This record gives sequence, C-alpha cells and structure tokens, in this order.
Amino acid sequence: MSWIAALGRATLGLLAAIGRVAMFFGSAVTHLLRPPFYPRELALALLNIGWLSLPVVGLTAIFTGGALALQIYAGGARFNAEAVVPQIVAIGMVRELGPVLVGLMIAARVTSSIAAEIATMKVTEQIDALVTLSTHPMKYLTVPRVLAATLVVPLLVAVGDVIGIFGGYAVATGTLGFNAAAYIQNTVDFLQTRDITSSLVKGAVFGCIAALMGCYFGMNSGRGAQGVGRATKGSVEAAAVLILAANFVLTGVFFSV
Amino acid sequence: MITLDNIHKSFGDNHVLRGVDLHVARGTSMVIIGGSGTGKSIAIKTILGLVTPEKGTITVDGQDVSQTGDRDAFLARFGMLFQGAALFDSLPVWQNVAFRLLRGSLARPKAEAHEIAIEKLRRVGLTPDVADRLPAELSGGMQKRVGLARAIAAEPEIIFFDEPTTGLDPIMAGVINDLIREIVTEMGATTMTITHDMTSVRTIADNVAMLHGGKIRWTGPVADIDAATDPYVDQFIHGRAEGPIETVR
Repeated sequence: MSWIAALGRATLGLLAAIGRVAMFFGSAVTHLLRPPFYPRELALALLNIGWLSLPVVGLTAIFTGGALALQIYAGGARFNAEAVVPQIVAIGMVRELGPVLVGLMIAARVTSSIAAEIATMKVTEQIDALVTLSTHPMKYLTVPRVLAATLVVPLLVAVGDVIGIFGGYAVATGTLGFNAAAYIQNTVDFLQTRDITSSLVKGAVFGCIAALMGCYFGMNSGRGAQGVGRATKGSVEAAAVLILAANFVLTGVFFSV
Repeated sequence: MITLDNIHKSFGDNHVLRGVDLHVARGTSMVIIGGSGTGKSIAIKTILGLVTPEKGTITVDGQDVSQTGDRDAFLARFGMLFQGAALFDSLPVWQNVAFRLLRGSLARPKAEAHEIAIEKLRRVGLTPDVADRLPAELSGGMQKRVGLARAIAAEPEIIFFDEPTTGLDPIMAGVINDLIREIVTEMGATTMTITHDMTSVRTIADNVAMLHGGKIRWTGPVADIDAATDPYVDQFIHGRAEGPIETVR
C-alpha cells in the first residue's frame, strides 16, 4: 500500500509546514510586543507596501470596475439595468473583487519582493551579520513588514474599492448612458456597513498573509540563486492560495447568516 | 578566554565537526586553517550561536555560551568580518559601520555614531566621501574594508575574521592582512581568523590550528608551523597535491 504511505507522508509534511508557519507567526507576534522597536523600518515598509503599491492597485481596480459594469449591463439589459449595474458593481467590488484583487496584487508585488530581499540577505550572510550585531532578524526584518502590511493593505483595499466603483461609474455614465446622480444614489443606497467592514478586515488578513509568507520563505531560503528563486516562487504561490482560502473563510464568517 | 570542548555538528549525514577541542588565550590571534568544507566557518559560528552544536561545550571567559542570559550584552563583546563582507545593501556605508552604535545597548546619538563611523573608515584606509555611498557602489576590496570597519566600530574584545582575503588581488590581500594585524595589536583584542591563505597566516597569526576530518589535527605557535611533523599540516602549508589530504583531480 505504497500510495497510503505516500498520502500519509504528504499529510504529515503539510501539517509540519502549517506548524512551522504558525510558530513563525507566533514568534513574530511575541517580538512585536517586546522592545526594541524599529520605527524607521516600519516607516520604510509602510512606504514600500502602501504608497508604492497605489498605482498597481488603482489600475487593477479601475479596469476591473469598468469590466464588471460592462458584463453586468450585458446580462442585465433585459431588466432594470440602471439599478442593477451600480448595485452589483458596488457589492462585487467591496465584498469580493476589491480585497481579493488587491490581496493578489500585493502577493505578486510585495510578497515576492520581501522573499527575494530576505533570501538574498540570508545567502549573503547578512542575516548572520544582523545577529552578530545584536539585532534579532525577526524583530528587524519580519515584524515591521508584517505589521506594515496588516495596517496598510486595508487602506489599499478601501482605495481599490472606491476606484473600482468609479471605474464602473465611468463606463456606465460615459459609455452606457446611465444617469450619473442615479448611479451614485443606487451605489450608496445598496452598500451596507457590513460590506465595508468585511472589505477592510479581509484587507488586514490578506496583508498579514502576504508579508508573512514573504518573510517566512525568505528566512527559510536555500542556498544560492536557485534558493532565492525557489523562496520567491514558493512565497507567492503560498500567499495567493492562502489569500483565496482566507477569503472563502471570511466570506462565510461575514455573509453566511 | 575562548574554549571549545568536544564540539560536534552534523548537517544530515555530513558530520562536519567530530569533536573539536580548541583554546584561544586572551589577547592572542588564532588562525584556523584547513581545506574547503572542513567546517572552519561552522566552528566560529557555533561560538556566536549562529549554529547550535549537537554536543560539546563552548565557554568564553569560563561562561558557557549556551547559558548567556543577556544575549545583546554577550554579542556586544564580538565583532565579525564575514567572507563576503555581508554589508546591508539598503543602508549607506556609514550606517553599516555604525549599525551597532545606532541601536541596542551600545546606541549613541546619531551625530556621534556618524563621527565614529568616519573615524573607523579612515582607520581602514577609506576616505569620508565613501560614507554616503551604498555598498553596491564599492569594489570588493573596499567592501572588505567597510566590513572590517564595522567589525571594529564598537571596539569589541573578540573579533572573528572569516576568509578576510578571499576574492582579493594579492596586493589588496596584503593590505587587508596588514590592517588586521595592526588593528589587533593596537586594540589588544582576542581574534580568530579563518583562512586558506598562508600569507595571511604568517601575517596575522600568533597561533595556528589546523582543522581536518572534523577535528583539530595540529595547533601551535605560527613560528613552529614550518617545523610541524604532522603530514596533513605539511601538505597543506606547502600546497602539495600528494599527501594524506585527499584531492579531487
């Protein structure tokens, strides 16, 4: 029964990996709460993850919002499209597409960059150098990045939601001939506080996952250029899958009742 | 001052250290020689806690390094020059040099740390205009000098040099060897250096230890190395292909 043994090994491997990531996260949390703190590193991470991600988040959101409006109009033209398009664009962007697409763009842009940077630091002994200089790598490298991503990705999601809704508005009013005031009124009337809360909570969780995976894979990178490449690839794959899984769980938590 | 007693370390099936015993007296310069992959760097890293040995004891001034309560204070006693310099790419040169002086228990005001960094850069033969450059803008020799300046910036009691001349041309290697010897003498620090380079050995060392097969095969004053009867030492210092050390050709 070699396949049972293989399945058992794979299951144990998966559980061990989950355990290692959980311990890594736990260690990051304990370091977050104990001094010394590195505010300069946090500020740099906020700038890199937040401000410098705005263009890619904005472009992703505006095209998605526009495409969503076109799709819904095409499907909803037979009935009350003027009301349906803004409502579904708003709910689609705020509940799902905004947080998920921003999360995935952050995984592509930030997770890969963090993993490559930390993995390179590891293979060039910069992590060892940090230790010899009495600086804990978890505190100096992981905590600022994870904290910054957890704080700033919800803001990026909020910006993405607004820009996405604007993309739908622009297409609907500019191309499809919708009334601008009615479009805005329908959007505002349909959105609930729970939609916005879920969007921001998802942003925080996705940001945390994206940065955590970058740091974890970077810190555990193998040797040489191949090790850096594997760490980078693995971090983006893990972050993307975990973001989608977390989205499913959070959607269930917020909207299943 | 530093004592390694029966240190063992393996990576999978590769038993790198198989019972290393070594003593380095205070204020002396010990150079560890040996072929590539014999565990010289691992031996030094076990002292700093970068690698945890499976067996054995390491003491610094009689204190077991695995039982140091205040890790920050313990590490503040050490400086290290890494093989590839290991400078932080994202920081300018002066912040690399003053890294320890800008944070932790040895933190000083920024202006003072900057001043010390400039002084240390001068000490290793670099001009102040280098201070604001990024490490990637420097040559390999300059990076080694910056790494050396960083290692001595907080005036540690113990300094480790991992392959200080690897990758440098013979003239720059000579400059680095002379700098290390001068700095060690004027600071009165206890040092351990890892190298394959016999010119470095003769310039830097008070004592030499040869690591082979996971153990210290020979140790003694540098003046005695040419008269050593150990066939491994003889083969190594003369760079012979024939001898007890297996070579792949």
